[in-house]
Amino acid sequence: MRFFEYEAREIVRRAGIPVTDFGFAKTPAEAREIAQRIGGPVVIKSQVLSGGRMKAGGVRFADSPEEAEAHAQAILALEIGGHMPRGVLVDPKAEVEQEYYAGVVWDGTRKLPVMIFSPVGGIDIEQVAAEQPEQVGRRHISTILPLSDFAAKETIARAGVSGGELTKIVPILRRLAELFLRYDMTLAEINPLGRLPDGSFVALDAHMEIENEARGRQRELLLELGVDPTETRQAREATPFEIAGEEVDSSDHRGVAGNVTEFDGNLGLVIGAGGGSLTLFDAVRAHGGRPANYCEIGGNPSVRKAAGLAKLVLSKPGVERIAVMMSIVSNTRVDIVARGVIKACLELGYDPAEKIAFFRIPGAWEEEGFKILQKYGIDYADRSVSLNEAARRAVEKIQGANEEAVR
Amino acid sequence: MRVDGTFIAVEVSEQAAADQELARRLAEVCPVDIFRLRTAAAESGGSADALEIVAENVDECVLCRLCLDTAPAGAVKVIKLYDNEALLA
Ligand code: SF4
Repeated sequence: MRFFEYEAREIVRRAGIPVTDFGFAKTPAEAREIAQRIGGPVVIKSQVLSGGRMKAGGVRFADSPEEAEAHAQAILALEIGGHMPRGVLVDPKAEVEQEYYAGVVWDGTRKLPVMIFSPVGGIDIEQVAAEQPEQVGRRHISTILPLSDFAAKETIARAGVSGGELTKIVPILRRLAELFLRYDMTLAEINPLGRLPDGSFVALDAHMEIENEARGRQRELLLELGVDPTETRQAREATPFEIAGEEVDSSDHRGVAGNVTEFDGNLGLVIGAGGGSLTLFDAVRAHGGRPANYCEIGGNPSVRKAAGLAKLVLSKPGVERIAVMMSIVSNTRVDIVARGVIKACLELGYDPAEKIAFFRIPGAWEEEGFKILQKYGIDYADRSVSLNEAARRAVEKIQGANEEAVR
Repeated sequence: MRVDGTFIAVEVSEQAAADQELARRLAEVCPVDIFRLRTAAAESGGSADALEIVAENVDECVLCRLCLDTAPAGAVKVIKLYDNEALLA
């Protein structure tokens, strides 16, 4: 879940990292008051979660409170990337000598957080890494062992920063890493971190994201920041189909059968298990298939829940057939999922053998599962058929049926 | 008493169904709530509990055998309708 900039800055401030004397305003009058308090030139920044604020006119400079109010009014009415702003951030226009980058991100490959530092800030760190790799210092940190100043020092020094600068930045990067760990974050970034003429450092912008699943654990922080527990903060609003998927998932505590994303294809997918969803979705597309949806099923859902998901997918306009495929399952039962998807077909008045293009779930209770599939004449495979091959067969089936219909 | 789902059927002998203590234990052991105690108000003035097989839960049966282990031999049958009515043993 992403935080708005004003929330991210507040998190940074609470961690003891110097920030500018910014304020968050929901109305032009509030923006004016904040500009008055700041008492000098200010920057008015739209608070939206989409990028491209500058280009869209969502960042403007003002020399007086009146100008700040007028800019705030314009920005508050400006839609950026399909989102209306939550408010505006009013920030003193800082005199900056140099901009740096400080960040901590989750490295999914190493399964560890990595501290990143660069004396080249204000632009995307990916661009700096590609064009000036010697200017980027990195170091993984443990999620278990205590965090040391040394780790931060090493990261910064690897980017070629030394002396007094190094000493001043070390506590900033260490505190950033501490808050990353404390709040279950996947991204904590200060960009730019500005060096002011007096040699001090201040966070000029911040981007933060926490693990979605950590929202329960981080309730206190979210409440303090005024984040509504029901806010999803997705890049786009969930569609009615996706909301219905969430309802299926939350209707029963057993297992997972949800996390649905809508696409416009004709092959409905009931997929999952240990990364299986992503692999299968990609495999279907690689074989020329057009998925109608993405979803995740696993953790041994009840028959009712599996049926609910399958019914939802089968009822989606444009869906001709569904493919039910998973990696080898150990904690999800093949027979239970088989019962669920067949029940969905039957309750909707479909012949399961017709509607289920392919079933490939090997693993726990597969003997019972295969007996059920045989009884209903469903095309299925065991573990000797790879995920890729299963996806190919499902696509072939739906394309074959369409060709047949054309003839 | 027998209730059929799409995949599973559950049958309890009349004698077992009338045993209130057994009914209570069946309701307790089944992990997917296929057995329920219903106060038989009309028949017994609200004093006795009758065993009910919950039709909407029958297909949730996880074939765990806990009901078979709880009841005297043959008193409860779990039938796999997808496997030529094979009995769960
Ligand atoms: S086998 Fe298990 S799940 Fe099925 S009815 Fe008996 S106790 Fe319930």
